Amino acid sequence: MDITLFIAAAIKIGVFIGITMTFVSICVIFERRFSAIIQDRVGPNRTMVPLSILGFKKDFALPIGGLTQPVADGLKFILKEDFTPSYVRTVFFWLAPVLVVVPALLTMAVVPFGSPMEFGDTVIPMAVADLNVGPLFIFAIASLSVYGITLAGWASNSKYPFFGGVRACAQMISYEIALGLSIIPVLMFFGTLNLGHIVEYQVANGWLLLPFWGEGLSLQRWLLLIPLGISFVIFTTSIFAETNRMPFDLPECETELVGGYHTEYSSMKFALFFMGEYAAMVVGSALIVTLFFGGWSIGFGIDGLLPTGAWWVSLLHIGCFLTKVTVFILFFILVRWTIPRFRYDQLMNLGWIVFFEAALINVFIAALVVALPSIGFMGFVIGFIILLIASVLLIMIAKGATKKPSATAV
Amino acid sequence: MSEDAPATTATAEKKLPKDLAAENGMVNVQIDGHWIQVPRGTRMIEAAKMAEKEVPHYCYHPKLSSPGNCRMCLVQMGMPPRPAPGAEPEYGEDGYQEIGWMPRPVIACANTVAENMGIRTTGELVEDTRKGVMEFLLINHPLDCPICDQAGECKLQEFSVEHGSGQSRFQESKIKKPKNVDIGKNIRLDDERCIMCSRCIRFMDEVAEEPVLGFSQRGTHTSVTVHPGHRLDNNYSLNTADICPVGALTSNDFRFQMRVWFLKETKSIDINCGTGANTVIWTRGNEIFRVTPRQNDEVNSAWMPDSHRLAFHSLQTEDRLTRPLIHKNGQHAESTWLEATSKAAEGLGMRQPNEVAIIASGRMSNEELYLTHKIAQSIGTDLVSIVPRKEKSDGKLISEDRNPNTTGANLILGTDEACAKLDAIREGVISGRIKSLIVLQEDLLGDADFKKEELAKLEHLVVTHTHANPTAAQATVVLPGTGFAEKRATYVNVTGRLQRANQAVIAPGEARDDWEILSALLAKLDKDYQAPASMDGVFNALAQEIPAFQGQSFGSIGDLGVSITETGITIPLLEQEKARKESGIIVG
Amino acid sequence: MAIIKVQRPKLSPGEKIYFGSIFKGMIITLRHAFRSLVGKSTGAKELNSSGVGITMQYPEQKWDEELPEYYRGTPALVTDEQDRERCVSCQLCEFICPPKAIKITPGEIPSNDEWAKVEKRPQAFDIDMIRCIYCGMCEEVCPEQAIYLRPDYVVTGTTRKEMVHDKDRLYEIGGKRVGLVNKWNELK
Repeated sequence: MDITLFIAAAIKIGVFIGITMTFVSICVIFERRFSAIIQDRVGPNRTMVPLSILGFKKDFALPIGGLTQPVADGLKFILKEDFTPSYVRTVFFWLAPVLVVVPALLTMAVVPFGSPMEFGDTVIPMAVADLNVGPLFIFAIASLSVYGITLAGWASNSKYPFFGGVRACAQMISYEIALGLSIIPVLMFFGTLNLGHIVEYQVANGWLLLPFWGEGLSLQRWLLLIPLGISFVIFTTSIFAETNRMPFDLPECETELVGGYHTEYSSMKFALFFMGEYAAMVVGSALIVTLFFGGWSIGFGIDGLLPTGAWWVSLLHIGCFLTKVTVFILFFILVRWTIPRFRYDQLMNLGWIVFFEAALINVFIAALVVALPSIGFMGFVIGFIILLIASVLLIMIAKGATKKPSATAV
Repeated sequence: MSEDAPATTATAEKKLPKDLAAENGMVNVQIDGHWIQVPRGTRMIEAAKMAEKEVPHYCYHPKLSSPGNCRMCLVQMGMPPRPAPGAEPEYGEDGYQEIGWMPRPVIACANTVAENMGIRTTGELVEDTRKGVMEFLLINHPLDCPICDQAGECKLQEFSVEHGSGQSRFQESKIKKPKNVDIGKNIRLDDERCIMCSRCIRFMDEVAEEPVLGFSQRGTHTSVTVHPGHRLDNNYSLNTADICPVGALTSNDFRFQMRVWFLKETKSIDINCGTGANTVIWTRGNEIFRVTPRQNDEVNSAWMPDSHRLAFHSLQTEDRLTRPLIHKNGQHAESTWLEATSKAAEGLGMRQPNEVAIIASGRMSNEELYLTHKIAQSIGTDLVSIVPRKEKSDGKLISEDRNPNTTGANLILGTDEACAKLDAIREGVISGRIKSLIVLQEDLLGDADFKKEELAKLEHLVVTHTHANPTAAQATVVLPGTGFAEKRATYVNVTGRLQRANQAVIAPGEARDDWEILSALLAKLDKDYQAPASMDGVFNALAQEIPAFQGQSFGSIGDLGVSITETGITIPLLEQEKARKESGIIVG
Repeated sequence: MAIIKVQRPKLSPGEKIYFGSIFKGMIITLRHAFRSLVGKSTGAKELNSSGVGITMQYPEQKWDEELPEYYRGTPALVTDEQDRERCVSCQLCEFICPPKAIKITPGEIPSNDEWAKVEKRPQAFDIDMIRCIYCGMCEEVCPEQAIYLRPDYVVTGTTRKEMVHDKDRLYEIGGKRVGLVNKWNELK
């Protein structure tokens, strides 16, 4: 293996894990400050660096507002007593937080952070692993985090964590189906599973949801906006459900389950669950940005004007990518304080009856639109009619499934 | 009911209630509308008490004569109208005569009941009277409640809430009298608070028989004073603070120590002499604040000597033993109970039976003496004795025998003179024949004329005591025991009355209940011995074995004790009281 | 009890998708956040807002002028016009104190003291401010008008011991209070 690539990979792993962890802490401070502002409060704005701790004579706190709050949070978590209750299944109890964090961080490996950098002849892609099966890898690894949460609930050996674990298990498995199905139209359109290529296509031909330049100005792309829009909605919502965020935070809803699966956890083990959740949120945002909003692309044809491979262009692209991710994180928080929590049966209905079928039908709609040039207008109409009949049947079956047996019918 | 019933002629066949009552020496009295039978000659206030009606009073005390000067116990009285000459009394349907109520109230404390009498302890007249009396009593009473020790157990407070008017109409200046007067070693006088009930004066005269108190001046200026040239230094002076209904006489010892509403009461008995006066121990948290007498007409009437009630202070000193000690390399080292009891038993078990002696104490409870007896039996020695404490009786409550449980020791050890073998033991120690000695709750150097060098001859000396003392200083093993307020125990007083002391506080440090110490020791000496789980177990075993205790249990003793044997000894104060009662001076 | 069946509202297909409502909701939240950020939240002015939301920034901004007359802060002992300790250690506050925060050791005033006729005063008077719940029962029960709840509310300390206010500290907080009933002197 090329030694340059090896070194570059090592650096990339370090840097990108660093970036992800930074983003996790940024998530925390954003969550706290943005929540506060939404609720007419101020939020943590005083945590500063007390210089006297660092050996300075006077204790002049650096005026950086509450930006060091995540550091303080982290310190607090590390310094707190790590209490393991006597009744837990110790090995699994210790294993569970790790199983939550590691998958979330692993999935970042395939996400392209910026345009490839060129050092002489070597082209270094700005992703840790430029896999050809990016989305598949992400789904495969992300599914593992459900084990962490279920294990936490079970190993705690106490009823509320157990409920939380079971809920998380059911919820994450259910929404994985919608998640997987919703992304098929996107992949069908791109025809590749390499996230780097997907982004590069969008750089040239317009972001998936904003096709304003390159090939994006064709009728087919605009027609495609319908299935892709549906895909985007289902995908985003499913990401919410996968990350256990409001309004899908039933596994840890305080009003019913105390703290859910992490009720019995304390100190750094508890913090790991939170890091896992926020890392999943970052990965989810990154994925949405990569698939639907052009990844690291600045967009509107500006990318084309910049020299390829220059290090500052790469950095600019990384900055652009992170900005987009940040916007989505803020969106996550906004949703949290806007939409109330679901009831569990509503959650299951939404997953299995609405999203599953909508995503399924959406695959065929997208297929019709993608196939439009080859099957011609007549073929499109016939296909559409068949799809309509099939959809109506599907919806009727779904309705029948949700109908409750009436009391008098017995 | 009865009074309104139409009068009908009584039939000759039916016996009237007055005849039925007279057969038993009783009379019929109607109290607040209800007829009850009370013994002839009963005071009205006592009759009302029997009918469970409270008549407020200050000066009346059943153990003292009744001057009737506080006027608080005024009630309305009624008698059947005197029939016209020659006329027969008319009886109603229920057999009672109609009562004619008197317009003026009478004092209930000094009047006795009569047949067919009516007493009203409530009603407009009585309530108005009480309100008036309260107003007069409060005219010159200072607003001292926040600094007055009596607050919380003050009859003036209680009755002014219950019967007073709630506000004062008095515009003039209050009479100033001496406050905070030092009249004796234990008593402080505050004349402004005095309501002239004269209980203290009568007590000192009739019970303590040292009449140093009296009234001086007249009218609103009347005040209690000590006779010039005298002080209230009698050993029974603190009883005046007990019977004072207000805070005029307060205890110097208890002065400003704690408000009474914080104190928890524990019924117990006094163990400073053979009388075993019944007491209440007042504690807050783990601290004893005062000890007061509890009425028991068979033991101490309602009184108690000052010297005995202040003796509790010795329990709260710095020199209490709190941990078991073992003598090592010339000095005592703190040890554990397990190690200390093993060491104690080791030195006893390896001796010949006649090389071991036990000096017990007349201050030990029956249970402890029983276990001591068992230990002596398991060792096989018959050298068991208690230390005698004979001093002069004060002719009232303090008995000649200052050991609280000599009678119990005699019964349990099965002798007539439990202290008989003390001299033999001493000789054995001096001659070196006795090598091991157990000393229980006694300081031999201080109380039994032993010499330091004599004890030094012993090879093994086990001492249990509450306080550090010269005997313990020479001991091989010192085991810290508990004082009288720190344990539940039974004692038999000089008259043969079995009484119970209850636990009021927890012993300091690791000090253990003495029966537990003895039980642990016995378990080491006698492998077959099954240590009982609680004190009751020891007492039950004792009750089964010792004939005098047959059938008794902790529960059956009750708060007032039971007489289990006859000793022929009487308590002088009770005899004096009996005489006064027979002559009708007091109610008793 | 009559059971009233409430008919759920019939939703149009547009409403059934909920997108409109969710979008509207997010706009509302965002607008609120914006108003809060620029310090225009409802009530920000009246509540003396620091500029974000309606919150005050505590050590810099204080509400002291607005504290009501009856504000219940730290309990403290007061002296009268002649600097006499008003407290006579009757221990009623100790008795009434619901969290048992007060501990008094009563003591006698020596006969050579100026106020010997009062006879009694506290030897020690400790209020454990960790326990105190600021209920004001002590003030209400005091027969000598000696204990008052002051408007001070900043009670801090780094050790438990520091949080126990002793007699000196209580008099320091309480200060002198005039115009009360004078039972023990001739002022009236």
